[in-house]
Amino acid sequence: MAAIELSEVVKRFGPITAVDGLDLDVPEGICLGLLGPNGAGKSTTMRLLTGQALADAGELRVLGHELPGESKEARAKMGVVPQLDNLDVDVTVEDNLAVYARLYRVKDVGAAVDRCLDLARLRERRRDAVDELSGGMRRRLLLARGLVHEPKLVLLDEPTVGLDPQIRTELWTLIGELKSRGTTILMSTHYIEEAERLADEVAVMTHGKIIARGRPAELISEHAGRQTAEIYAAPDRLAELRAEAESTGLRVRPAGPAIAIVGSEQADNGVVPEEAVVRAATLEDVFVLLTGEEAE
Amino acid sequence: MSAGARTMRRLEPAAIAGVMSREVANFRTYWKGTTFSSVLEPIVYLLAFGLGLGATLVDEVDGVEYIQFVGTGMVATAVIFSSALPSMFGTFVKHRFQNTYEAILAAPVDVEELVTAEMLWIGLRAGFYGCFPLIVTFFFGLDPTWGMLLVPLFGLVTALGFAGFGVAMAATVAKIDQFNYVTALFVTPLFLIAGTFFPIDGLPQGVQLVAQFNPLHQLVELVRGGAFGYEAVDLARFAGLVAFAVVMWRIAISRMSKRLID
Repeated sequence: MAAIELSEVVKRFGPITAVDGLDLDVPEGICLGLLGPNGAGKSTTMRLLTGQALADAGELRVLGHELPGESKEARAKMGVVPQLDNLDVDVTVEDNLAVYARLYRVKDVGAAVDRCLDLARLRERRRDAVDELSGGMRRRLLLARGLVHEPKLVLLDEPTVGLDPQIRTELWTLIGELKSRGTTILMSTHYIEEAERLADEVAVMTHGKIIARGRPAELISEHAGRQTAEIYAAPDRLAELRAEAESTGLRVRPAGPAIAIVGSEQADNGVVPEEAVVRAATLEDVFVLLTGEEAE
Repeated sequence: MSAGARTMRRLEPAAIAGVMSREVANFRTYWKGTTFSSVLEPIVYLLAFGLGLGATLVDEVDGVEYIQFVGTGMVATAVIFSSALPSMFGTFVKHRFQNTYEAILAAPVDVEELVTAEMLWIGLRAGFYGCFPLIVTFFFGLDPTWGMLLVPLFGLVTALGFAGFGVAMAATVAKIDQFNYVTALFVTPLFLIAGTFFPIDGLPQGVQLVAQFNPLHQLVELVRGGAFGYEAVDLARFAGLVAFAVVMWRIAISRMSKRLID
């Protein structure tokens, strides 16, 4: 049984269609990265799964429960780690966890709090107000709060957005541990590296739809080939090189101040200039080619 | 119905208790300031009007010493200021600034349970704070009576209604500044025509009629009934307050559902 099954789901906000005929299956035990630019419909999809948005059309099933009718049953088995820090800042670390243990009807609240404190490595800070914690500690606590009832499925909504690299790495370690325990994870992100490191499969979403899905290596091989050549030069020269590459059927994408010729291993002699930096193709190449957006 | 099947009911006590436990955890961090202002404010009014006007202009109202008249009326003031205002601002801040409701609704808690818990918590708190003016008035010669034991219940029911009103307003306004309109158009007039500081039968006929629909006026009359003797009409007054609380509860749920569920 799939943990999440979405079929032809549509969600509109007035004239804007945020989710547009979305089909998405997440098998049990995998980490699926929902990768897309801002405004792709990722957060709306997350809200649909937690019953905080109601679909205009389509069918949604989470852990065997049909939404929205059995949303409450689904939410009882699902953990959510939100994009924004919504901890109670004046309340102690352990009370933050205890409140959510009660909301999730955990029988042994004390044991659940202790387990989460260990997970977040905050046992020594249990009686401190959240306000006194560092940014990294707060994010670890937020993640642990979503796991207080040992859910079968965890929704991570942009789990590391806006965090510095050190905190991001800390969280990736925690998410990695969660994955190794077999928990099903749906993680929305617009960070390529995050999806590449954590996700077993990646679904690229844009304009409310999944436009590509597969294991990162498969997506790269299918959409970007083996190599990408990055060329740094003056704008006029870049425009010239781009036109030349495209005229031979190669795909070229902007890469900040440079251009990147994707699938450059197929280029005819002379199309890729000698000064080009040739590297292995990445998921970022796939993302930019498919969505037309610059990656973060 | 799916294989998972519906097993969770509406208005589950566990969900309501869970939301209230969050309020209690937060309240432990700020109870001193809130209690100080909730208790002191009505006492200042009581002393200013009761002693000020009582000593200079008014000796008695309907055979009751003026400070005792005001003291019993101030229960309603304490109730509205401890329910409508915290409910409006608290709900708005938790929803718009702290994203607290997003986290709670991701758990197995529905909007109906969330609103019910918020109203219950504020109602209990305001019902408790509402007793303080009465206790202070004991020091100004008001005799305790058995009938006063019902005052916390009257305060609770009225506060539930005003908590619902506050939640509904928080779900309606677009910006926090718009609470100024709510306060000026509803809270202050209701407070002034409650019969706290002067009997409403001296007011123009139209205002008297409006006052009959003011839950605060009904609360004032019930508290005075508890202090000086109940009348048969007090049953109807209490029924009116219960109806007010129920109507506001449903309106608050409806408004918050529209606000929280896209």
